[in-house]
Amino acid sequence: MAAVVNYADVEVGTELPSQSFSIQRINLVMYAGASGDFNVIHWNERIATAVGLPNVIAHGMLTMAEAARVVTDWLGDPGALVDYGVRMTRPVVVPDDDQGAIVEVSALVAEKLDNSLVRIDLTASSGGQTVLGRAQAVVRLP
Amino acid sequence: MALNPEFVGRTYPPSPPYVVGREKVREFANAIGDRNPAFHDVAAAQALGYSDVIAPPTFPFVLASQAMATAMFDPDLGLDYSRVVHGEQRFTYTRPVVAGDTLVTVATIDGIRSAAGNDLITVRADISTVDGDHVVTTYSTIVSRGTAEGS
Repeated sequence: MAAVVNYADVEVGTELPSQSFSIQRINLVMYAGASGDFNVIHWNERIATAVGLPNVIAHGMLTMAEAARVVTDWLGDPGALVDYGVRMTRPVVVPDDDQGAIVEVSALVAEKLDNSLVRIDLTASSGGQTVLGRAQAVVRLP
Repeated sequence: MALNPEFVGRTYPPSPPYVVGREKVREFANAIGDRNPAFHDVAAAQALGYSDVIAPPTFPFVLASQAMATAMFDPDLGLDYSRVVHGEQRFTYTRPVVAGDTLVTVATIDGIRSAAGNDLITVRADISTVDGDHVVTTYSTIVSRGTAEGS
C-alpha cells in the first residue's frame, strides 16, 4: 500500500499513480454474481447485439469500481473517501478473447478544499475513448 | 411511454435489514479485482481503526439497487427495463460500510426528466444502521433510452 499522503504535501495538479485494468468476460461473470446485477447485456452476446450494442458490455459499476482503485490505492485508508461520483458516458465493450477490454485510469488533485478535504478528478478511457465523465472523488487527508 | 411524473418525491418503506458479511465483502472485492488489504484482512482493517474489513466504495450500490428495484418495477412508473442503462452514480459517505454492519436502505425518487429523447430518473438511497446512524447515501440516474414523449 502507498505511504500515507498528507494534506500539506499535495498541490493542485499533483498526479496520482495511473493504472490500467483488464476487463475480461470472467470479470463480468464474477461481478454479476457478487453484485446481483444479472442484466443479460453483461454476459449474453446474442441479446447484447440484438438490442444494438456492438457486443457484451461491462457493468458501469464495475468500471466505476476499477477507477476508484486509483484513489483508494493512493490513500492510506480507503475509508477516507467521502464522496465519489461518475457519469457513464460510453459503454466498455468486452470482446470474447483472452485480452478483454483495457480501461486506463488517471487522476489528479483538482482542488484543495477546507477541512483537509481534497477533490480529485479522474479520467477513464478504453480503446482511446472516454468511458467515464465528470468523475470526481473527495477524500479526507491527514 | 414517458415516465409518470407523479412518482417524484415518493419514498419507499425501509428495506429489510441487510447484514454485511465479511466473506461477501471479500467476494465483492475479488470480483472487482481489488486486493487492498482493508477489504480482505481483518488485522489490516483494524490497524486503520475499523472493527472488521471495510467494503469497497461502490459496494453500497448492491443495497441501493435492491431498494430501488421496488420503484423500478412498479408498473405505474412506466419504466421499460429492457431500455434501461445506468447513466450516473454518486456516493456520499459518512463512513465506509464495515463487515458486521446491519443496514437499512430507504429509496426516494428525487427526479424525473426528459433529455434528448430519453427519460431519466434519479433515485436516492439513504443507507443507515438499524440504530439510525447514517452510513452512505447513493444517487443513481437511470436512463430509459428513446422513451420520452415525442421521440
